[in-house]
Amino acid sequence: MSGHEIPTPIRKVPYFTKGTLVLFGIMCLGLATFLARFLFGLGAVTNLNDQYPWGLWIAIDVATGVALAAGGFTTAALAEIFHRGKYHVITRPALLTAMLGYTFVAIGVVTDLGRYYNIWHVLLPPFWQGNSVLFEVGMCVMIYLTVLYVEFLPIVVERFVGRVNFPGPFSIFNKIVDLFLKLAGRALQRVLWVFIIAGVVLSCLHQSSLGTLMVIAPYKMHPLWYTSLSPLLFLLSAIAVGFPMVIFESILASRSLKLKPETKVLSSIARYTPIILGTYFIVKIGDITLREAWPYVIEGSLHSFMWSVEMILGVVTPIVLFSIKRVRNSVGGLFTGATLIVLGVVLNRINVFIIAYKPLYAVKPYFPTFWEIIVTAGLACALVLIYRFFVMNLPVISVPEKDLQSASTRVGS
Amino acid sequence: MDITRRNFLGLTALGTLSAATGTSAASSLHREPVDNKKVYGVLVDTVLCIGCRKCEWACNQEHKLSDKKLQEYEDKSVFDRHRRPSDSAYTVVNEFSNSEDPTGKKYQIKVQCMHCNHPACESACIVGAFKKVENGTVRYDAWKCIGCRYCMIACPFQIPAYEYSKAIEPRVMKCTFCLHRTEVGKRPACVEICPNEALVFGTREQILQVAHERIQARPEKYSAHVYGEHEAGGTSWIYLLPYDFKHTELPALDDRPIPDRTEKIQHAIFKSFVPPAALYGLLGLIMYTQKRDSRGEED
Ligand code: SF4
Ligand code: SF4
Ligand code: SF4
Repeated sequence: MSGHEIPTPIRKVPYFTKGTLVLFGIMCLGLATFLARFLFGLGAVTNLNDQYPWGLWIAIDVATGVALAAGGFTTAALAEIFHRGKYHVITRPALLTAMLGYTFVAIGVVTDLGRYYNIWHVLLPPFWQGNSVLFEVGMCVMIYLTVLYVEFLPIVVERFVGRVNFPGPFSIFNKIVDLFLKLAGRALQRVLWVFIIAGVVLSCLHQSSLGTLMVIAPYKMHPLWYTSLSPLLFLLSAIAVGFPMVIFESILASRSLKLKPETKVLSSIARYTPIILGTYFIVKIGDITLREAWPYVIEGSLHSFMWSVEMILGVVTPIVLFSIKRVRNSVGGLFTGATLIVLGVVLNRINVFIIAYKPLYAVKPYFPTFWEIIVTAGLACALVLIYRFFVMNLPVISVPEKDLQSASTRVGS
Repeated sequence: MDITRRNFLGLTALGTLSAATGTSAASSLHREPVDNKKVYGVLVDTVLCIGCRKCEWACNQEHKLSDKKLQEYEDKSVFDRHRRPSDSAYTVVNEFSNSEDPTGKKYQIKVQCMHCNHPACESACIVGAFKKVENGTVRYDAWKCIGCRYCMIACPFQIPAYEYSKAIEPRVMKCTFCLHRTEVGKRPACVEICPNEALVFGTREQILQVAHERIQARPEKYSAHVYGEHEAGGTSWIYLLPYDFKHTELPALDDRPIPDRTEKIQHAIFKSFVPPAALYGLLGLIMYTQKRDSRGEED
C-alpha cells in the first residue's frame, strides 16, 4: 500500500491566498511586538510581575508547543520502530510539524528569557545544574531539536539530489554538490535509526519533565493539579495528543491544499486514541481519588470549572467519539474529535501553568496583555506559513501515484 | 493533606515512572543537614520590633537601591497594605495583628529572603546562579543567570523579585544576607542599625538558643513556635512571634525541604542514565524484531 503513495511537493494551489495574507499580517504584528520586547523589556509588553513570573509565553509557546509537537515522536515510534508501514504517509508531515513546533518553542523561550543572550550557559558543563528540572527540559529540548533537524535532512536531500542546478559560473559545483548530497543521503540512511530512537527517548524524558516543573511549587499550586504524578500525566497526555494532532493538521492541510484527506490512515490511527487517552483518564481519576481531591472538583470555583471543562470536553467526549467506528470513518468526526483533544491539552497546560498557580501575596490574578497574545498568535501564524512553504517545496506530503501523472505537481520536470 | 500522604504519593509516582522506564525506584534522597555552628542566622523578634523601618533604609543604602532619606522611612502609612520585597527593596516591614486579641495590639514583621537550609531557588536554577555558600548565605550570581525566573516559581516564601523594567541585564533581586559584610566580620546592615535588638545576628546555633531562651523567659509574650527552625527543612532567618504565625503572612510549610519533591522524581528518571538507556535498548530491540517481521509484508 505504501508503495503507491509518494511524497511530493504540493503545487496545486498558489502560496498566497486571502487566508495566508491574514496570517501574514498577524505574523508581522507579532514580529513587531517581539522586537519591542527586546527594546523595552518584559515589563513593557507583558503583565508578568513578581507574583506571576511565568505567563502565556511559557504556558502556550513553550509548554503547549512541546506537547502539540508530540505527533513527531509518536508517529515515528509507530511507523519506524513498530514498523507499521502504512503509516509512513503521515510521518513526514508529523516530523515537519515537530521540527517547526520545537523551533518555535525555542523562539518562545528566547522571547521569555530576561537574559536570552546567556542561553548558551545551559550548554556548558560548569553551569550544569543536574537538580534543576528546567535544566533537564532545556537540555532534552535542545538535543531533540537537533535530532529533528537530522531526521528532516533526508527530505531535503531527496528534494535536491540529481537536481542541483546552480546558475552560470557556479554550475561547476553542480556535480560536486550532487555527489555530496548522494553520499550524505546514503550515510543518513545508515544511521537514521539511531536518531529515530533517540528522538523517542528524548521526547519521553522532556515531556514528563515538563510535568515535573511545577512540582517544585507545592504551596502555590491548586490541589486539582498539584500531584507528584504530574510527570506521568504530562507524558501520557503528550502521547495521547500525538495522533490527534496529526489528524487535526492533516485534515486542515488537505483542505487548504485541495487534497483528498487521508481518511483511511487517519481513521486507522484514531483507533489508538480511546486506549491512550483512556489510560490518561484512568490515571488522572485515580490520582484525584488517591489524593482525595474530589471536593475541589465540585467546589464550584473557577478551578473546578476549568478542571471539568478540561476533562469533559478534552478527554471524555473525544474518548467516546473515537470509540464509535462511524465517527472515526468520517472526516468531520475525525476532525471534531481531534480538535477537542488538542484543545483539551492546550487547556491542561494553561491550567497547570497559569490557572493552578496561586502565589502568596497575589493581589490580582494574571491575565496576559494584548501584546503577549499577539506574540503567541504571531508565532502560530508563522508556523502555519512556514509549514505551507515547506510542503509546497519539499517532498513532505504523500499523494497517490496516479495523481502524480498530472505533471504540474512534479518538481523539476 | 498530611506529610505521609505526600510521601506516599511521591513514591507512587516514582514507582510508576521507573516501572515505565524499567528500573526500580531510586533510594530516597540523602541531604546533608546544615551545620548550625557554621552557618549564620538572624533572629527576627517581632515582639521587640518597633516598626521604625530603619532596617529598610539601611538595606537600601547598603545596596544602593534607593537614595530616599531616613526621615522618609518614618512614614507609617505604608503599613496600610501588605508589601513584599521588590526589585527596589530587598526587605520590607509589614504590620500584622490578631483579630482574636482583645487589646488589638499591632506588631511589625520584617521580611526578606530566608536563606533556606535547602533552598528551592538553588535546586530550581537551570544554570546554578543560586548557591548556598558555606556561611549559610544563599548567593545569587547575576552573570550566570539566564533570566528564566524559575527560581521565583520555586521559592516557597515568594521572595525573589525581578527587574522587569530592564531590557538588558535584568537581575533577580533578593536579600544578599550582606555577604560582603559578613565575610569581613561585620553584621548585616539591617542588624547593625536595629535600635531595639529585634534583629540578632549569630551562628544559627546561637540564634536558635537566644530564641528559645526568650520564649522561656517570657512565655506569656511569645508563641512557642520558632518559625523557621524546621519550616521547609529550616531557614537561616528565624522568627519569634507573639502568637500563632497564621496571623502573619508567613506561609504554613511542613518540615520537608522543598527540593525533595522534584529531585526525587528527577533522580529516579536519570539514575546513572540507566532508565533512558534501558528505554533506548528496548526500543531498538522492538525496531529490529519488527523490521524482520514486516519485511515480507512491505515489499
Ligand atoms: S527564601 Fe526563597 S529565595 Fe531565599 S533562599 Fe529560600 S527559596 Fe531561595
Ligand atoms: S532567573 Fe536566573 S537565577 Fe532564577 S532560575 Fe533562572 S537562571 Fe536561575
Ligand atoms: S530596624 Fe529593627 S526595630 Fe526597626 S523595623 Fe527593622 S527590625 Fe524593626
